Parts: sequence; structure tokens; C-alpha cells
Amino acid sequence: MLQIDLWKRVLIWGTVALGLWLSMPNLFYGRVEGHNDAVKAITQSGETPELAAQVAQWPDFLPSGLVNLGLDLRGGAHLLAEVRVADVYQSRLEALWPEVRDALRPERAVVGTVRLQPGPADALRVKISQPGGMARALELVRGLAQPVVSLTAAGSSDLDVQGVDDEITITLSEAEREATDDRTMRQSLEIIRRRIDEVGTREPTIQRQGADRILIQVPGVGSAAELKAIIGTTAQLTFQPVVGRGSDAQASAGIGNEILPAADEEGLYYTLEQAPVVTGEELVDAQPSFDQNGRPAVSFRFNPAGARKFGDYTADNIGSPFAIVLDSEVISAPVIQSHIAGGSGIITGNFSVEESTNLAVLLRAGALPAGLEFLEERTVGPELGQDSIDAGKIATMVAFAAVLVFMFLSYGLFGVFANIALIFNIALLFGVLSLIGGTLTLPGIAGIVLTVGMAVDANVLVFERIREELRTARGPARAIELGYEKALSAIVDANLTTIITAVILFAMGSGPVRGFAITLGLGIVTSVFTAIYVTRLMIVIWFGRTRPKTIEV
Amino acid sequence: MRMRLVPDNTNVDFFGRWKLWLGISGVMMIVAFASFMVQGLNYGIDFRGGTTIRTSSTQSVDVGAYRDAISPLGLGDITITEVFDPSFAADRNVAMIRIQAQDDQEAVTAELIADVESALAATVPDISFESVESVGPKVSGELIQTAVIAVVLAIGAVLIYIWLRFEWQFAAGAVLALVHDVLLTIGVFSELQIRFDLAIIAALLTIVGYSLNDTVVVFDRVRENLIKYKKMPLKEVLNTSINETLSRTIMTSLTTMLALVAMFVLGGDVIRGFVFAMMWGILVGTYSSIFVASAILLYLGVKRDWTKTDAKSGTQFADIDA
Repeated sequence: MLQIDLWKRVLIWGTVALGLWLSMPNLFYGRVEGHNDAVKAITQSGETPELAAQVAQWPDFLPSGLVNLGLDLRGGAHLLAEVRVADVYQSRLEALWPEVRDALRPERAVVGTVRLQPGPADALRVKISQPGGMARALELVRGLAQPVVSLTAAGSSDLDVQGVDDEITITLSEAEREATDDRTMRQSLEIIRRRIDEVGTREPTIQRQGADRILIQVPGVGSAAELKAIIGTTAQLTFQPVVGRGSDAQASAGIGNEILPAADEEGLYYTLEQAPVVTGEELVDAQPSFDQNGRPAVSFRFNPAGARKFGDYTADNIGSPFAIVLDSEVISAPVIQSHIAGGSGIITGNFSVEESTNLAVLLRAGALPAGLEFLEERTVGPELGQDSIDAGKIATMVAFAAVLVFMFLSYGLFGVFANIALIFNIALLFGVLSLIGGTLTLPGIAGIVLTVGMAVDANVLVFERIREELRTARGPARAIELGYEKALSAIVDANLTTIITAVILFAMGSGPVRGFAITLGLGIVTSVFTAIYVTRLMIVIWFGRTRPKTIEV
Repeated sequence: MRMRLVPDNTNVDFFGRWKLWLGISGVMMIVAFASFMVQGLNYGIDFRGGTTIRTSSTQSVDVGAYRDAISPLGLGDITITEVFDPSFAADRNVAMIRIQAQDDQEAVTAELIADVESALAATVPDISFESVESVGPKVSGELIQTAVIAVVLAIGAVLIYIWLRFEWQFAAGAVLALVHDVLLTIGVFSELQIRFDLAIIAALLTIVGYSLNDTVVVFDRVRENLIKYKKMPLKEVLNTSINETLSRTIMTSLTTMLALVAMFVLGGDVIRGFVFAMMWGILVGTYSSIFVASAILLYLGVKRDWTKTDAKSGTQFADIDA
């Protein structure tokens, strides 16, 4: 008859209690949030009395997981950026030119003079003056190619080299492009993450989407433009050989060269070789410091590969000028005095202390390997978010109250059981959301409202069944039992189909739609649990105590 | 004393004119589809690309002045509407400005937004920008595509599930009812030119889930009654089943509707279109589970002898969870 094993009872009440326990912090949202932020701040930068006071606002033994509020509720900025991965091909090929030149130079007798030709960005075109030496030239250039390091492209080489008449065309192979794209994406993600972390906002979301996109969501940032400024500040540092200097920005630079302005002297332009000797990517550290005259400067250190290149170049070019280029401006062009081994150096310029500190931060974070194009940007002001929360709260409470009253009027005592289960249901839902760090969005609130409406469905199904069974004049215990039994298949079918749609929504959707899918899906799971197990347990306990001869549902 | 919405023993004849109901549904679907083809949907920027700016000011909104401020920028088609909502404070005046996607731009332009904002700020000193959203044309096309795929996938998944759990006739009925609901909802959005954006897709899928919920409950009872009353004509079995589940159908639709009405009235204007879609969907979904899904079942007919297992049918799956 109506019996539930003790261990099941313990499990059911335990789950409900756990749900209540986990969801409780959300009732004290501001306080718990302050506590969590303070704990984070202390681990990062040490304790202060104010922080300690904030921590003390919420006891440590209580759970402190909260439901994240989505951007549409909290306010903040959302960006979808596309990484122009093809940018990297160009710089790869540009950097290849000196290598090609150096490889062919010793064979001048066979291939003749070697000249770089203007061409498309994704190919390097080199002309040799003696077409008869093409076979030898191709052999040498192909010798520069290296195997691609990736799981899918094992065994293929990174360069495609073709020779037609007197011209060699070098492009990146398909496998190398894929491997490069992947590297570019990882690097971009990492750099964006570091830059946003430097600003120190709360729980940013930085995700890769598809082959070449990055989704960035940062709560609490005033506008998407501000966020773009944080991400988009490039600090592209390069060290390039100086070809000459002059005052004409429009002068012809020569193939493979470029003309860049000096940062601190109006009207002065440097002609530089386009291919850098070392780039900022090979930096391992940059710190603000002071030069020998006590002026602010930035000191830096290269990784071993960068240090070797830097060392070799300075050893070979003593007495020539050498440009330090930051974001397409020549910061300084000192003459190399001696071989700089060890890979560390110092950038001097007309910096203020603050500028040198900022520059060091930017250099440390590194430059984005490729440009970003913003496909989507959204800003939600904090006031609008607060309005939405307030409206959502009131609406949810009214909806909740209406459903509770309605259920009580329809089913009396059984309705009360269903109502208690409904309250547990919402607590469980919030508990799970807090536990997994789920995000509550505005459509998510609607999802909860819908859950409230639909959660009673399972109970309605059961109660209507019990009524039917009572009509066929079985005993009340039997009617209750049959009611639950017979309603089960309808409940399972109906809720499984809704779960299917929630899963599809989650997989296909993004942002708020996803938030809605999460609350809807979790809501179904918790509502089936509370409607089937919790109400049943309550009814069984009540029945066991009172043993009524007749029941009215 | 209990409140009873539906008397205990109802015997409404739902299928006396089932062909008429199917006909009405068919006509409504055609009207909805025609409206969609003729005047299309009022796509939000999610699907069309462009920028929307939501402004707020203590001064009342003068649409003409706003337009005069922005039009010198030469941005093409601009829509400015004032937003009214009972929840706004007396001195809060909200406007929505929609700027079309610019022809030569694949991506979003920060300058454009900055220009518009400064032009507006020059006209209305205390204006604030509550939200600014921009979607580039490149993404908006993809968003439509994924949305359509999501809806189709959901319906397909449901078709398979019901086919496995019941019989193919049930699946056909349920899926036609879903298509009916989705079409009618899109039709309403087209007729009333309510803004159609990503959130509405979420609502559409919820409607799919809800309508299905309703249909499945009825079908579950039909299956049970088919076994119970082996000799009863199909029409009567369906009628009995719907009558038996009627009080549940009404109860659940009402509680859900109560919750949604609260959200519609009090939830603020940002979410109103979304909630409206769900309310409409529940009305249509409740109707369609009876007059479309079951009527289709009646039209197609079902195997009656459920005692012998038929190796070719999917009925042996019916006991999966029992």
C-alpha cells in the first residue's frame, strides 16, 4: 500500500534541504556578492580592514554560490568579434623574405640577383635574374620549409613553393594555414582574457565560437565601446633594421621596406626593413624602470629564441642604427654599440612614469596576432537591468501567488501539498543554478514563470487521476496509489518532449536564449522531482497519520 | 468545497464537426502563411542587422526633434518610436531608435553609434542611453539560419520521439499540430507587425514544447482507452479521452496563463513581445491538441488491436517506462 522506504524518505527530504540550503544565499544577494568579491580581492592583493569587514558580512560556513545575473539584468557589454586570421599569413610570409634572401645569396652565381616582387598579401613572390638557376633556387627555398606541427596534418610541409619562368611564388600550405588559424585563435583568446583581467571586472565570459570568432561578455562595463578600447589597444612592438632617415613621408621606400614616422620628432621619418628582427611576441617580461639618466623607461627580456636572434643581429651590425617600433611609430633608433647577449634591453623615450607603466602592461599582455572585426555589440545600461529585475521580481511573485491560490481553491489540502512542492521546486531550481554558476537572464525569468505554470501540471495530472479513481469507489489509499501510477506515463512523455526542446534551444542558441533553455530544462527536472516524489511523500505521511475513510481531492 | 472549472463528468462532442475544425485550421494556416509571404515579419536587428538605441530622458520625447538631430548624419532609414509602459515613472520618457544596417559595412561601426549619441545629446541635454545594440549583416543572416534550423530540429526530434513511443499516426497528428501552432504564431507576428527577434524564437520553441505537452497527455489517454474499449469506434474513444482529460487541460492552461498574464502586465516592456508569443502559443496549443492533433488521428485511423504485439509497429516501445 502507501509505503515509502525510509532511505527514500531521507533521500527526498535531503535533496529538498540541500536545495533550500544552496539557494539561500540568493535571498541576500548584495551581501553575499560583496563577501565573494572581498574574498577574491584578498587573495589577489592582501587584506585590508574594509575588505575584512565585507567578508565578515556573510558567515563562512554558509554556502556562497550565487546565480549569475546575465548582462540584460546586470548591465554590461557584449561583443562578438571575428579574428582576421588571414592577417597572420601576411606577416609570416613577410618574415620569410630575409630567410629566402639569405638562402639564395650564396648561390648568386647560379641564380643571379634576387629581388622581392610586389604581390598579393597571401603570397611571397621572388624574382631571380637567371631563369636557368630555377631548379637550384627551388631546391634551396623548399629546404626552408618545415613540417607542420599538428595532429591532423602530420607529415605535411608548411610551405608551398612554385617556380614559373624566373619567378618563385611561396604560399602557406593548407595544413599550415589551419594550424596557424588555430594558434592565432588561442593566442587571441589568451590575450583578450589577460587584457580584460587587467581591468579587473567580475566574471567575464570569453569564449571561442566557431572557427574564427570570439564572444566576449563583461558585466559592469559601461559600454561596448569601452570594452573595445580595452581589447583593441594593440601594443605591437618590433625591432627593425634601419635603411635610412628623411623628412618625406611619401618617398619611395623600396620593395620590402616601409616608412614610419618618429614618435617624438615631428617631420622625421625612418625607412625600415619591413621584416622585423625580433617582435614583441618573443618578449617574456616587460617592467617599468628608469634609464641611466633617471628617466622613465621600460626594460624587457626575450625568450631564448628571441634572445638568440637579437644577439646575432647586434653582433653582426655593430655601428648601424636599429629601430624600436611601437604601433607603427619609431620610438627610438639607437646605434648598436656592442653585441647585446642575454636578450634583455631597455626602451627609452620621452615617457612619463605612467606611460612607461602602461606600456609595460601592454607589452606583457602581448599584441593581438591578428586584427579583430566586431560583428555584434550590445550594451545594456545598469538602470535598464535593474528595472528588468524589479519588474521580473514583481511579476514572478504575482504569478506565483496566483497559481498558489488557484491550486488551493481547486484541490484543497492536496493543493496545499502541491503548493509546498512548488515552493521547494523554485528553491531547488535556484539551488542548482547557484551550484553550477548558471546565468539568469530576462527570458530566463520568463522560463521560471513558465515553470511555475507548468510545474503544477504534473500534480494536476495526478490529482485528476485520483479523482477519477475515487469515482470508481476504490478505497482512498488505492485511489492515491493508482493516481500516481497511471499518471506517470503521461508525465514522463510530456516532460521528456519539453526537455528535448530545451536541449535543442541550449545547443543552438546563444546568450539570453541559452539562459532561457537552462532555466526551462532545469525547471522541468526539478518540477518532476517535486511533483512526483515530494508531494507523494507529503500525502503518504499525512495519510499515515490521519487514516481518513474518505478523501476529497 | 472545491472550485470546479469543469464538471466531473463532461460529455462534449468534440468531433461532431471535426472536418469543419480541420478546415478552419487549414484556412487559418493559409491566412497566416499568406500574411507572412505578403507583408513578412517585422524583423528586429538580430535578423536584419543594424543598430537599436534605447534612450531615456526626463523631457517628453519629441520624435521630430530626434529625427532632425540624426538625419544630417545620412544613415538611411531610421525608425524612432516612443515606448509607453505603465511601469515607467512619470518623468521617464523612453524612445527606441532603429538604424538600418549600413550598406558598405560588414561589421559594426563604433563611430556611427558615437555620432548618433552625440547628435542626440546635443538636442536633449539629459538624455541617457539605456541600451545600445548593434548587429552586423554578416551575423544576422546566420542568426536567421540557426533559428530556422533550431525550430525544424525540435519538430523533427519530437516526431521521432512520439513515433517511437506511440504509433506513426500519433506522431503525424502531433507534428501537424506543432506546425499549425508555429505557423499561426508567425502569422500573428506578421499580421500585427510585432517585432520578431531572437527571444521570439525561444518563445516559439517553448510553444512547441507546451503544445506537445498537451497533445501527449491527450494521446496517452487515447492509447489507454484504445486498450480499454476495444470495440468502441475510434471517434468515441477520442471523444471520451478528451473529455476525461478536459479538466486537466483547462487547469494547466489556466495556471500557465495566469503566470504569463502576470508577466505580461508587470514584466516591463522589454519582455512583452516574448510573453505575448507564449500566451498566444498556449491558446493555440490547447486548441490544436484537440482540434488538430486528435482530428488528424481520427482522419488517419489507428490500429485497434493492441493486445497482440505487431512486430512491424513501434508499440513494443510503449512500455519503456511503465
